[in-house]
Amino acid sequence: MKELLESIEDVVRLSLPVDERFVITKHRFMADRKKRQKRICIVTGIHGDELEGQYVCYELSRRIREQVDSLNGIVDIYPAMNPFGIDSITRGIPAFDLDMNRIFPGNLDGDMNEYLAYKIIEELEGADLVIDIHASNIFLTEVPQIRINELNADVLVPIAKKANMDLIWVHGASTVLESTLAYSLNSKGTKTLVVEMGVGMRITEEYGNQLADGIFSLMKELGIWTGAVPDMKEAIVAYDADGDDVCYLNAPCSGIYMKEKKHGSVVEKGELVGKIINPLSGDVIAEIKAPEKGMIFTVREYPVVEEGSLMGRILKEKVILENQV
Amino acid sequence: MREDVIYSFKGLYRDAFRVKGYVFGEGEKTACIVGSLRGNEYQQVYVCSLLIKKLKELEEYGKVSKDKSIMIVPCGNPYSMNIKKRFWSIDNTDINRMFPGYEKGETTQRIAAGIFEQIKDYKYGIQFASFYMPGHFVPQVRIMKTGNENIEMAKAFGLPFVVVHNPRPFDTATLNYNWQIWDTEAFSIYTSSTEKIDKKSAKTGVNAVLNFLAKEGVIDYEITEGCVSKVIESDKFISIRTTNAGFMKPLVQAGDVVIKGQVMAYVTNPYTGEVIQTVTASTDGIIAFEYDSPIVYQNTAAFKLIPLS
Repeated sequence: MKELLESIEDVVRLSLPVDERFVITKHRFMADRKKRQKRICIVTGIHGDELEGQYVCYELSRRIREQVDSLNGIVDIYPAMNPFGIDSITRGIPAFDLDMNRIFPGNLDGDMNEYLAYKIIEELEGADLVIDIHASNIFLTEVPQIRINELNADVLVPIAKKANMDLIWVHGASTVLESTLAYSLNSKGTKTLVVEMGVGMRITEEYGNQLADGIFSLMKELGIWTGAVPDMKEAIVAYDADGDDVCYLNAPCSGIYMKEKKHGSVVEKGELVGKIINPLSGDVIAEIKAPEKGMIFTVREYPVVEEGSLMGRILKEKVILENQV
Repeated sequence: MREDVIYSFKGLYRDAFRVKGYVFGEGEKTACIVGSLRGNEYQQVYVCSLLIKKLKELEEYGKVSKDKSIMIVPCGNPYSMNIKKRFWSIDNTDINRMFPGYEKGETTQRIAAGIFEQIKDYKYGIQFASFYMPGHFVPQVRIMKTGNENIEMAKAFGLPFVVVHNPRPFDTATLNYNWQIWDTEAFSIYTSSTEKIDKKSAKTGVNAVLNFLAKEGVIDYEITEGCVSKVIESDKFISIRTTNAGFMKPLVQAGDVVIKGQVMAYVTNPYTGEVIQTVTASTDGIIAFEYDSPIVYQNTAAFKLIPLS
């Protein structure tokens, strides 16, 4: 068995006001000391309440160590881009009330957070592939999926198809999204996939294993992994740049949402998906029915809703049929 | 004065969420003034209350121009203000990152859409805004560079500075940006504080709006003496940053003039009191922003200077 080169390194280290250092770290696995090696970067924890990526980071390390001989490049794992957020169960950056995924590409001469964003981009730029793992939020569960800005669809969809996901959702471009890590890296020519799966504040081991399989498949495509990988799932691809492939279920009133269908379920048009109840009056105040036939790929987990709260998303049947063709 | 509920929905265990507008005069939708969109913007609500009081008085004396109407929306987010939370109560989203809104979308998108529908047709839009960092501003009017900006008109507020700001991606979802895109002449007014009520700068803000409305012929009001505004682009501000983290003791404040090399603050070790950085002015300038929190991080913009040259 060949020797595995492993190191835990600082990406950024800064002093905090009261006797503490702020550190973003990475775990590097290298096959050897050759200068020109392919590199994949696994990033997670930009949102501090999204923990699904934590297990994936662990599982990747475990499998690499188990099959050292199959590694043929560099795997960099960044489990906590927002360590303050993870530590304090906070989605954004505590103390600043900022969404870290809205400050890229950052600024070397900016404040602490802009500086961090700049250093993160500097660190990741030039990798052969970056995978940014998110986990929805505490309100919703998502089937394992990759989201791609329509601007990068040509390049990224063929790669995403090898990632063992259930769904690839190509969404429309939006100016606001230009401040995300993925947008910044893709615009600099560093291919970056955004994974969304599971739910906030929880870990779904099954999804973690599914994505870990997908990452090894992508590593194999890049030549970073020579070991065997299982057969990959064939993802449904929704080219939804015009917003016509997905139905959104938003609450018509405030109340407690009781879901009737699990995510991944196929529902008929008009079928009951859930209901909103009022525990004070003891009434059902709204029945939520599927506006079209399709597959539920987003389901509300957090029961309290107010007018407008997202309760689910349905991928329209036409998209599923197009993919079958 | 007419009190309108411009957007509402029923809560489950809370009273209904209501956004109110106070309307003066009748006729063409001429000027709309928005106060707080975030739960910590107390000063912004306070300034609106002063304006409502004044405009009520002016209306009673028949001094709101014929066929012109003014609406003041003091608070777009009472739910968050009542629980002392800056952003939306349940999901922490920011209403001022949701414009123009989406009436079929999520809650804060709907609130933004509901408010915007009522305020988008006004000729002039004025928002009392706040900065994301704790601190004090020298009173200024900010205008976003969208191609529709009217810098000359911004001078009518008579505030010391008109700051022209190049929008960043997230700015495109703010009220000010979208007002401009929808052909409203939009301005953001920064008085000196946010979470604390500063009566002096609130009065400055009120006078600025009354001066503007008088100059544009919306009200009949004796204009108070204002400043000849200096126009500056926001990227010309010079940030004076901390190089160390610790406690900060400022020696100067927003509005002060400093000369190159002047000591502006000390950063000290919180445990020993030892000075670990002497913050000095890198150029002659007027302090446009002064950071106000006992602790500073590395790279914090402790001050922002408008250069004198």
